[in-house]
Amino acid sequence: MEAVKTQDVSVNDLSWKIEYHAERCTMCGSCVATCSFKAIEVKTQAQSIVVSTDSQPNPEHRRIARPIISQKASLTDYCRGCGMCEKVCPNNAIRPVRNVDTRQVLLSKDSGPIKRGGRTNLNAQRTLDSIVVGRISQMTDPSLDSARHTFDIRSPLGRVLSPKELPFKLENGKMIMAHKAPPVNWIYPLIFSDMSIGALSTRAWEAVALACAYLNEKCGLPVRMSSGEGGMPVKLMESDYLKYFILQIASGHFGWNRIIKAIPHMVTDPAGVLIKIGQGAKPGDGGLLPAAKVAEHVQAIRGVPKATLSSPPNHQGLYSIEESVQKMHLSLNAAFGFRVPVAIKCAASATSVSVYNNLLRDPYKICGGFFLDGIQGGTGAANEVSLDHTGHPVVSKLRDCYNAAVKQGLQGQIPLYGGGGIGLTGNAAADAFKMICLGANGVFVGKVLIQLLGCVGNEHGRCNSCNTGKCPMGICTQDPRLVKRLDVDKGAQKIVDYVLAFDAELRKLMAPIGNSSLPVGRSDALVSTDKAIADKLGIQYVC
Amino acid sequence: MCRIGSIKSKVPVHPSKALHLMLPQQEGHDNSGFAMVMQDLYGTFANYKEKPLLSMACTQKGNQMVEEYMDAHNFVQLAEWIPIPDKRPGLDIQAMPYYVFRNYDFPEHYNELSEEEKQNLLLDTRLALRKLLEEAGEGFVYSFWPDVLTLKEIGDPRDIATYFHLWDDHGGLMAKNIVVQCRQNTNYDIVRYAAHPFFLQGYTLCANGENTFYTKNKEFQKSLHRGYIGFESDSQCFLYTLHYVLHELKWPINYFKHVITPLPFEEIEEREDKEVLKAIRQSLAHLEINGPNTIIATLPDNRMITCCDSKKLRPVVLGQDENMVAISSEVCGLNEIMPGRDREKDIYPNEREVIVIDDELEVQRWKQ
Repeated sequence: MEAVKTQDVSVNDLSWKIEYHAERCTMCGSCVATCSFKAIEVKTQAQSIVVSTDSQPNPEHRRIARPIISQKASLTDYCRGCGMCEKVCPNNAIRPVRNVDTRQVLLSKDSGPIKRGGRTNLNAQRTLDSIVVGRISQMTDPSLDSARHTFDIRSPLGRVLSPKELPFKLENGKMIMAHKAPPVNWIYPLIFSDMSIGALSTRAWEAVALACAYLNEKCGLPVRMSSGEGGMPVKLMESDYLKYFILQIASGHFGWNRIIKAIPHMVTDPAGVLIKIGQGAKPGDGGLLPAAKVAEHVQAIRGVPKATLSSPPNHQGLYSIEESVQKMHLSLNAAFGFRVPVAIKCAASATSVSVYNNLLRDPYKICGGFFLDGIQGGTGAANEVSLDHTGHPVVSKLRDCYNAAVKQGLQGQIPLYGGGGIGLTGNAAADAFKMICLGANGVFVGKVLIQLLGCVGNEHGRCNSCNTGKCPMGICTQDPRLVKRLDVDKGAQKIVDYVLAFDAELRKLMAPIGNSSLPVGRSDALVSTDKAIADKLGIQYVC
Repeated sequence: MCRIGSIKSKVPVHPSKALHLMLPQQEGHDNSGFAMVMQDLYGTFANYKEKPLLSMACTQKGNQMVEEYMDAHNFVQLAEWIPIPDKRPGLDIQAMPYYVFRNYDFPEHYNELSEEEKQNLLLDTRLALRKLLEEAGEGFVYSFWPDVLTLKEIGDPRDIATYFHLWDDHGGLMAKNIVVQCRQNTNYDIVRYAAHPFFLQGYTLCANGENTFYTKNKEFQKSLHRGYIGFESDSQCFLYTLHYVLHELKWPINYFKHVITPLPFEEIEEREDKEVLKAIRQSLAHLEINGPNTIIATLPDNRMITCCDSKKLRPVVLGQDENMVAISSEVCGLNEIMPGRDREKDIYPNEREVIVIDDELEVQRWKQ
C-alpha cells in the first residue's frame, strides 16, 4: 500500500473505462495498434485458470502469465471513448464504457486549462425541439405535393437594397438597371461552414469540397462551402470550382498571402468572402491550431513555421463596427471588383442586435450577410471553459435580429444565416426550416458534415479530441497514418446523400404549409409547446 | 372559398347587375355579406366627379363627430345620398343606423396643392376619420376619394340589396366600374373592414384565396406606408402591394405580378431582363404571395386588372360583349348577366398571366 498514494491517478478516475474480456481476446493486437491516443497497452497478467481437456471432466488448476490489454491510468494518454478498439476487434473483446464516477475534469488541470474540440457539453438544450410546424394548410389553402410541385429553395447572399434604392431606369416601358447594384448570389440555404485545411485533414476537407462540387454539378443544388481560415489549394483557386467557395478571412489572415497572389489567375469569382469576427463555440477567442496539426502542407498553404497558430481574438486595428465596414468590407469588396458579396460572421451575443442594426444602417450598403454562430457550434480546438461556459444560444438571437430589422422595415436587406447546433440531433432540415420561419435566410453546418465523414464526437464528452492531432477517424489530424483511414469518396457520398435527404425533407416541411418558396420570417407557421420559448420568439403557445 | 366579381361597362350600370353576377355563384358562406366599390359614378354623384366622396356607415353620434371634424378642417359639403332603408321585417342584415355617401368640396387652400399633396390629404383625412370613429366605436369609414363609392354590410346580399333599394334600379346610383363580393371574412373576427373589396388612394382590390405569406407581408408593409393599416384580412396585403408597386414605386403595371408571384430562379436566369427581375425578387421578397388566390382590382385611371396565383389554384374567368366586360370567379355568374356573349371569347387566365381592361374595353393580356 505504501507504493500507492491517494493522489495517484487510477483508471476509475478517468471518463472512460475499457471493458475487456480476456477470454474472448485473440491477441491480434489490432486495438492497441489502432488506438491513436495510446490509451491501451499490452501487459502481462498473472491469471489463475481451471481447464479440463480430457473427454471426461478432469479439472486442472493452472497459474499462467498471459498477455492482456490494459488501460493506462494516465491524464495524458487516456481513453476518449472513440470506440476504435471496439470497431476493429474481431471478437467483441473490448469496448470503452462511460465512467459515471469520473474525476478527470477535476484532476486534469496539471498542465493548464483543458483544451479540446467538439461542442459544448453543458449547454446542449434544444430550443428547436420544443417548436413544431403547427400551421398546416388545409381546405382553402391546400397543402402542396412535395414530390410534384416545384419548390424554389434559394437564399440570397449579398447586400439587398430597399426597393426605392434600386437603380432602375424606365426605357420604353421597361425597367433597366441604370448602374450596378451590390452583388447578390442566390444559393442553397445550407452552407458548409468554415472548417480550415489544418483543422481538418486534407482528405476530410477534400471530401467536403468534393461533396459540395458534386451537389452543384450533378444535383443542381447550389450549395456553397466556406474555406475556413487557412486558405485554399492554389489549384482550386485557379479552377472554375472556385465559384462554389466562400473565402474566409479571420483575424490571423492565414492563407491570404496565397489568395491575394492567386487573384490575378482566378478564372471565376468566389461565391463570397466571409469575415470571421467570432465563433459560437468560443466567442471572444481567436482561432487555434495546435502545433501538432501544423504539418508541412499546412505550413506551406499558410506560410508559417511549425508552431501553434493562434489567431488573435480580434481583427487587429479594428476598433468599431464602422471601421470594420470601411476597412475590411470595402477593401475586400474592392479586391474582387465589387462583384463578390462580403459577409460577416459573429458569435451570437447579447450585443448581436446592436451589431446587426449598425450594419443595416451602414450608408455604403456593403455588408452582404450576417452569420450568427450560436453556443452549440463546434470547433477544432478551444479551452473547455470557453466551450462550456461562454456563448449565446442562436435561436432567440437570430429572431431578435430579424425582429430588429422588421421594426425598421429593413428585413431581408442583410441576409441572416444561423448556425451552431444545426442538426445537433440528426435532422438538420427540421432545424433549418424552423430557423428560416423565425427569420433566417439560411443556415450553416460544420459538425454535421464531419460526423457524416465518421466523427464520433458528441456532446456527452465522447472523443472531442480534434485539438490533439490524433483524430482516430483521420478527420481532424494531419498524421498521414490516421488520415489514410478516411475514404474520401465514401465520405463525400455520405454528405451528398445527407444533403439530398435534407432537400427532400425541406420540401416535406414546405409542402404542408403551402409554400413553394422559402417561408423566411413566417413565424406564424410555428407553434411551441414551451410557453417561455413561445413568448420569447413571438410564436403561438400550444399544449 | 369566396367568389369575387367585377363589371366594367361602357354605359353606367346599377349595382343590381353586380348582384346578378354574384348570386348564381353562391355557395357555403357566400351569402354572409355584401361589399362593393363603385368607380366612375353616374346618377346622384355624376356632377361631382372631381370632388371627394365619403362612404361610411355609422351611428348618429358618429355622423356628428365626422361633421364636426370636416367642418373644423374646412371641407364643404356638396351632394349627399343618405339611403332611406326598406326596414320590412325578416331581412337578414346587421344594419348600422346611418349610411352616409357625401361629396365634399376641397378646402380653399387645397387649390394650391399638387395632385399628390391632395391625394395625401384625402388619405390622411380618411385615416383620421377612421381613427375617430374606431376609438369611439361609432362607425366605419370605407373610402374618401373622388368618384368612388363603397358600400359594405353584413347579412344576406339579397336582403342587403332590398334594404338599400338596390333592386329598384332607380338611377341614382350607377357606375361604369363595380368590384363586388358577397360574403364576410369567415377566417377571423367578422368586422366590416375585413370585407373585400378594399380601397386605398384610388386602388380597389378584392381577392379570393389565402395569403400564406400574410405575416411576412404584414410585417413588411406596416413600415412601408402610413395607409397600410388594419390588416383585418390577409387579402388587404394584395391591395397594399398593388398600391406600393404602382403608386409609391411608380413601376409599370407589368412588374406587379413579378412582385407577388416571382418567376422561379431557373426561369429568371433565362430571361433578358434577369438582372431587374432578380433585383425585384430580392428587394421585395417580403411582398411575395404564396398560396391560392385570384385578385381583381381597379386602378385610379379606371383600368381593371385580374391575375391569379402561380399554381393556378383559384379560378377566374372573364367574359365580354360590346358594352361590358365582366370578371367572375365562376362562369355561371357571367352566364347570368351576359347570356348572349360569345363564350368562345371567354378568357381563363393562366398562372403567369395578367389581364388589363381599359375604358374602351380593350382587353390586354400578357405573361409575366
